[in-house]
Amino acid sequence: MKVLIIGATSAIAKASARIYAELGCSLHLIARREDQVELLSSDLLVRGASKVSHSVLDLNKFAEHKKALSAAFTELGGVDIALICHGSLPDQDKVEKNFKQALKEINTNGISVVSLLTELAPKFIEQQQGTIAVITSVAGDRGRQPNFVYGAAKSLVSTYLQGLRGKLLEHNVHIVDIRPGLVDSPMTAQFPKGPLWSSPEQVAQKIVKSIRLGSHTVYAPGYWRVIMLVVSAIPDFVFKRLKF
Amino acid sequence: MEAMGWGRYPKTTADVIQPADSQALQKFISSQRKAASCIGRGSGRSYGDSALSEQLVSSRFLDSFLELDEQQKTLRCGAGVKLGDILKICIPRGLFLPVLPGTKAVSVGGAIAADVHGKNHHLDGSFCAHVKSINLVLASGELVTCSEQKNAELFRATCGGMGLTGIIVDASLSLDSIPSSYIDQRSLVANNLAECFDHIADNAGSKYSVAWLDCLANGENLGRSVLYLGEHAASKNRKTDTLYRERSGLGVPFSTPSFLLNKTTMSVFNAGYFGVQKRKKSSANLGCDSYFFPLDSISNWNRLYGSNGFLQYQFVIPSDGALEGITSVLEKVSEKGKGSFLTVLKKFGEANENLLSFPQSGYTLTLDFKNEPALFPLLEELDQIVLAHDGRLYLAKDARMSEQVFKASYPNWERFMAIKSKYDPSNRFASLQSNRLGLTQ
Repeated sequence: MKVLIIGATSAIAKASARIYAELGCSLHLIARREDQVELLSSDLLVRGASKVSHSVLDLNKFAEHKKALSAAFTELGGVDIALICHGSLPDQDKVEKNFKQALKEINTNGISVVSLLTELAPKFIEQQQGTIAVITSVAGDRGRQPNFVYGAAKSLVSTYLQGLRGKLLEHNVHIVDIRPGLVDSPMTAQFPKGPLWSSPEQVAQKIVKSIRLGSHTVYAPGYWRVIMLVVSAIPDFVFKRLKF
Repeated sequence: MEAMGWGRYPKTTADVIQPADSQALQKFISSQRKAASCIGRGSGRSYGDSALSEQLVSSRFLDSFLELDEQQKTLRCGAGVKLGDILKICIPRGLFLPVLPGTKAVSVGGAIAADVHGKNHHLDGSFCAHVKSINLVLASGELVTCSEQKNAELFRATCGGMGLTGIIVDASLSLDSIPSSYIDQRSLVANNLAECFDHIADNAGSKYSVAWLDCLANGENLGRSVLYLGEHAASKNRKTDTLYRERSGLGVPFSTPSFLLNKTTMSVFNAGYFGVQKRKKSSANLGCDSYFFPLDSISNWNRLYGSNGFLQYQFVIPSDGALEGITSVLEKVSEKGKGSFLTVLKKFGEANENLLSFPQSGYTLTLDFKNEPALFPLLEELDQIVLAHDGRLYLAKDARMSEQVFKASYPNWERFMAIKSKYDPSNRFASLQSNRLGLTQ
């Protein structure tokens, strides 16, 4: 299998890449930090990847997406699975008061994914096969006070994916929307952890499994579907008073 | 958050820092030079308080493989890589770790810090005998390499040094070739301790050797045991021989009430186990997980001792006094009406040059006891028996040894302190254990 991973050095991406490496896949990694992506490349080779290539890219430079993705398709000779993982968790208080920062965060977590999908879709249509999997978030299911800028960007992506899934159906291209809950990773290092937190490895196993099974919208771990169902059912006049 | 070792005693609260890479680790160490003391932490498999401090620096994200050279049989990997992960990539290539402790959950950093040993210590030495070099972050924040050739004194202090010299980032290890991943096991029954010693001596050339002891048998049955010998099985079919089947088994989801482990249940278990082993076929072919890591098949088995946890007591006594010393220990344990669920005896080879490494030529016995107030005076009495026979206790399992006992039994502690104060003068790296043993206070 040929796997393209975008935002490859994030904790969930890394854990997913390791599973694909152990299955003997060829991988192409796109990430921002060169030293980290090189470290990951050697790790994946030792774990059994048949081939690993990479390119370094700041995903907020939208103009460079096309070139990077073309290079990835050439390097791998087609792509069976594209996994989009990059993201950043902003400080809600800061971004709420500073539009420039809010824009940057929405670009990173939302618009950059739209740009990538715009470039990826025709390439997958040409292949007439493959899966595009995108990591969004349970934060996108409802705008909550502590992180609605992040949540808004993620729900933008989720909504986009719902439409794109239908468009690509006749081309035998499948879309998976993965919504992790609370994940104990370097991105969330500053938060105290409780029983609802899961590891990047658990989420990665769920991602690989749902791609294999052709699932549509996946909560990782699965109990987040129930939690978010409840959260979404709370009437607005109550919800607006909730601070969580 | 609440932190504890594998024995679940003692418990403390600590901040956990999880650096994403070695640069983040260096930044953390150098930015907070005068702050709280910290200690590296891998899988949390040391039993007592060796990996407890105000700040725990987790190697969780330092878990990358860096380079595998199949020709030279060397592997370089991050400190957070677990031995089980290494087996997973090595066995299909016909390679193997030269030393394996009783669990594969141990991290490379932890295995170096405790200089762990395996069932083949009498032939192959301890884990650090196969470590070619170590990269570690010192208290200054500087990243240095040490090995037998380079910064040798730092290397000798870091191997077995319980994390007190710095935080290990990655290490380069030598690997062995194996014909297959299976182990041919032979078991020999001994009706008392002297007979067990004879069996061990008669089979000194056997690659792996470890004995299980019925610690509740006394009188003429004292030390009745089963000696397990193992050799790597010859290759039969190249394809299946190097398959690594990971055993996954039962788990213990919560602490069971500790009264379930009492003298009656333990003597039933021990006598029953001995009876079954006595009648069983004496040779078997086992997968490597079943042979090396029988307890890993029950995840969180440490919870079986109840919410107060347990203490593991492992000592080594030089060969000359070993029969006498171990007999006295077993008699004392039985006299006080205490029992150990799992008791393990093994013969060590020669000691190495590492300053705080545990293994030395002689016999090592491991007992575990449920944590209860009455246990502590007994363990102090056992300390005196061990000291009287020129023995010592294993730091990776210790949670309560006194400073006096430690300093009397680890003759190189002053040389260790000299190196420690050279590289970490303000004791940035300290654990509850090192404070208790007078190494950092």
